[in-house]
Amino acid sequence: MRPVTRRAVLGGLLATPLLAACAGFDTSGAAAPGTVGFLSTQFTPVEERQRFEKVLRSQLPVPVAYNPVEGGVFTTTIKSQAQARNVRTALIGGLYNDLAPLADAFDDVGGILGQLSGAGYPDEILKLTTLGGSTPKFVPWMQATYIVAVNKQALQWLPAGADVRELTYDQYLAWARAAQAAAGRPVFGIPAGPKGLFYRFTQGYLLPSFTGGQVTTFRGADAEAAWTYMADLWAATAPASTNYEYMQEPLARGEVLVAWDHVARLVGAAKDKPDDWLMVPAPRGPKGRGYMLVLAGLALPKGGLERPAAEQVIRGIAGAGMQVETLRQNAFFPVTSVPLPPDLPGAIAGEAAAVKAQAESRDAILSLPPVGLGSRDAQVGQVFKDCFRAICLNRRPVRQVLDEQAERLSALLADAKVPCWSPDPAAPVCAVA
Amino acid sequence: MAAPTLDRDTEAPARRTRRARKGPSGLLLIAPSLVFMALLFGWPMVQGVLLAFRGDQGFTLEFVQRMVTDANFWPAVRNTLLLIVVLIPVQFAFAIAMALLLRAKPRLANVYFFVWAIPLAVSDLAAGLVWLAVLTDRGYLNSLLVGVGLPPVAWLAFDNWTSLFLAVLIAELWRATSLVLVIVVAGLQGIPRDYEEAAAVFGASPWQRLWKVILPLLRPSLQVALILRTILAFQTFAVARALTGDNFPVLVGETYRWYVTLQNPGVAAALALVVLVLSMVTSVVYLRTLRSEEVR
Amino acid sequence: MTAPDRAPLRRHRRNRVLLQVACVAVTAFMAVPLYLITLAAVSSRASLNAFPLSFLPTDLSLETLGAFLSSTGVVPSFGNSLIVGLWTLVLSLLIGVPAAYGLARTPFAGKEPYQLFLLFTRALPIVVLSVPLAQLFLTTGLYDTTYAVILLHTALSLPTTILICASVFLAVPVDVEEAARVFGCTQAQAFRQVVAPMALPGIAAAAIFTFVQSWNEVLAASILTLNRRTLPAQVLSSLGDSPLAYRFAGGFALVLPALLFIALMRRYLTNMWGSTIR
Repeated sequence: MRPVTRRAVLGGLLATPLLAACAGFDTSGAAAPGTVGFLSTQFTPVEERQRFEKVLRSQLPVPVAYNPVEGGVFTTTIKSQAQARNVRTALIGGLYNDLAPLADAFDDVGGILGQLSGAGYPDEILKLTTLGGSTPKFVPWMQATYIVAVNKQALQWLPAGADVRELTYDQYLAWARAAQAAAGRPVFGIPAGPKGLFYRFTQGYLLPSFTGGQVTTFRGADAEAAWTYMADLWAATAPASTNYEYMQEPLARGEVLVAWDHVARLVGAAKDKPDDWLMVPAPRGPKGRGYMLVLAGLALPKGGLERPAAEQVIRGIAGAGMQVETLRQNAFFPVTSVPLPPDLPGAIAGEAAAVKAQAESRDAILSLPPVGLGSRDAQVGQVFKDCFRAICLNRRPVRQVLDEQAERLSALLADAKVPCWSPDPAAPVCAVA
Repeated sequence: MAAPTLDRDTEAPARRTRRARKGPSGLLLIAPSLVFMALLFGWPMVQGVLLAFRGDQGFTLEFVQRMVTDANFWPAVRNTLLLIVVLIPVQFAFAIAMALLLRAKPRLANVYFFVWAIPLAVSDLAAGLVWLAVLTDRGYLNSLLVGVGLPPVAWLAFDNWTSLFLAVLIAELWRATSLVLVIVVAGLQGIPRDYEEAAAVFGASPWQRLWKVILPLLRPSLQVALILRTILAFQTFAVARALTGDNFPVLVGETYRWYVTLQNPGVAAALALVVLVLSMVTSVVYLRTLRSEEVR
Repeated sequence: MTAPDRAPLRRHRRNRVLLQVACVAVTAFMAVPLYLITLAAVSSRASLNAFPLSFLPTDLSLETLGAFLSSTGVVPSFGNSLIVGLWTLVLSLLIGVPAAYGLARTPFAGKEPYQLFLLFTRALPIVVLSVPLAQLFLTTGLYDTTYAVILLHTALSLPTTILICASVFLAVPVDVEEAARVFGCTQAQAFRQVVAPMALPGIAAAAIFTFVQSWNEVLAASILTLNRRTLPAQVLSSLGDSPLAYRFAGGFALVLPALLFIALMRRYLTNMWGSTIR
């Protein structure tokens, strides 16, 4: 009877789709009318997504179907829907450089920004909302930056007289070397994996701190000093860093004890045992303390569904409740001028203090990711990634690499013809000096 | 009545008028597949090819140029080709050996076959994940070494190309041999044991039986397995990416990088065309050299 | 009378033992990574952060697996994947098996171009076709339905189905089929009664590949659907950024159904009309 039983099972399996030949089951809750379909690149990790959905449900009166996808799918979905003139989303959310190449697919949001004028968006953030155009295309959603997480075990090797919250880059390097010597292996880490954000370190922290600029000073003598420093730091950094995309797991596993990374990618390490960890601002260099701002925004697709409800969601997200809860749950900071509550969980409170100290230091140099480059932003980022690979991993001479990459950077900038962005001095067309 | 033709030679002319059998002609049988594929892939394929050559001002070779001058291009070509040249023969030898082991009817053959076919069900992303967990610095392999008192080794160190290559090789061997195994086992079912037994009676050694009896009869299955496996081998990148990040570039990995990370569909399409051309060339070679003799 | 020569028997026994040893060695290579993924999927997160990692199930916890299964959209997407996988199977066999028969048996010029045409679509990385494909389904109104994914998956699996089945049909001797025709069967009857049973292992192999490939396929499913996703589309992008424990839980949950399908189909793989070779 065996073959019959097997066939019966197969037959039963085949019958199921025949009976349920519907177009598919709803996986994000967007089927109900009045739901705002929210396509975003943020909060893709499972737990972050679950927490954010809970926050959306508790804070907003409108039902939202949150749909986080990765970058490639995000771009393809928006582009193909725009080109086919059949848009199926209501609200789009992403980082500045996710939204910038797709600016043409978004409606103007000047009206909504006007309604939200009381929220207290900082001026430099408002300037970014035009995505390089003339009208505002997105409403600021949340912001983040990068700091350094320190396992308290590593403090024993801190150079004498150094304050861990006020380190210079030289002290940082000395610390890394002392830790390596004492522990027998390098214990400092950087996210240098394929999806790691390490190139933002070079763009927003290293180069501004050493040279005062990001692209205009790309091939100067100060830049050479910066990259020579980087090669030295790499020698004292865990080589497995080329596989790290997020630092929270290597930190939690004890593979590294000190790491620079995005605030949201560090918080997981300290969540279980916040007392073992210190969150500190990044070090300072000869020209100041460079730090980078990460901005996420909300956009309305042209021809999108449920427009009134989507606008309601945007207004709700700009409210104090959402802004604070997003920080509390997922470590992304508010963009509005809402005061932070005193009862933040340990790890988040530590990060908030570090972020505040970093932004408010007397010699802080605000650095932005490239503005107005559209899809070329990724290629500019590649220039910095290639510099790191050539100088640190392949040990090529710094001057030669800088000259080569400066050519590429100049070509990209000449193509784009955009004004310079912070920290470079204002100029109508940005170019490498 | 016309002589029944056993001629399935591809050079047979005038197919429709030479129908010696009643029943649908070959073209009618394959027509649905042709129509289906053409409808679904026709326009997108054209668009995809155009992507590689269409710039702001019409036809341009800038994307091809950009692709060739990229620092990762030739290493990616070399790595992909090397991987294929080393991996495919090893996989086939391994799969044929496994199929023959099964054919010798050991006890628990069913259990063995099931376990050996399991990697087929594992997606390449999951396979990359598993092998990463095994080979990473604080992974299972190093846990084993430390457990027996040996020092841990950095198997996935970015500067040890050989170690990276071997890691990708072993992971791919684990993941993809099942495909060949299943095809070979299915093909072996059609080879009656009588042939082998006759050869044995006539004094052929096991090795001779393999080379002279089994493999020739297995040729159609081997040809299909070779073509499919090679084409799929050109496409794999998930395992290499999971294990090595950007340290061991392969062609389709670069395609993804240019399309998704660098947001440059033109260069990505150019890379895709390189993969297409390489796959087609190898397929044509296989089809020509492994053409089965249609003598029955 | 001389004592019977036991050497051949000893050699036979030794060969059987060697055979078992070889099988066990191969099984170890294939099974150990699977054991590890299962172990990691049901281990607690703390144990996955320790070093050296334990090879034994000492610190079990269904927490990550449970959290994964209860995360948004996993259960509906599981249903979607099942629908897509099974319908793709049906459709690709319906279109592919006759085409394979035509390729193997009937004469027509252009066999090689036909095979190359089939391989063409499989050889081009479809990531560069993302936007045109999505546009195609958007304009035809099939976007964000399982129908779109079924159609595309069928197109992706037709090459394997047709080529594998054709190779197996080629191996079925024509004489047997001719004999059936001589005895009064039409070509269709001859196919069903004679060729198909003998070619069942090949058809089963093609069926396994089609289902498993469709089950694990993530790119096409991600770009063709938005709110009615298959399991990989729903889950794999988030898994890639999630902590290690979730990746194991997700990987394990993804593997299980495909495994079940293989378990169901493998009997057909090694089952031949007339002479069963188990």
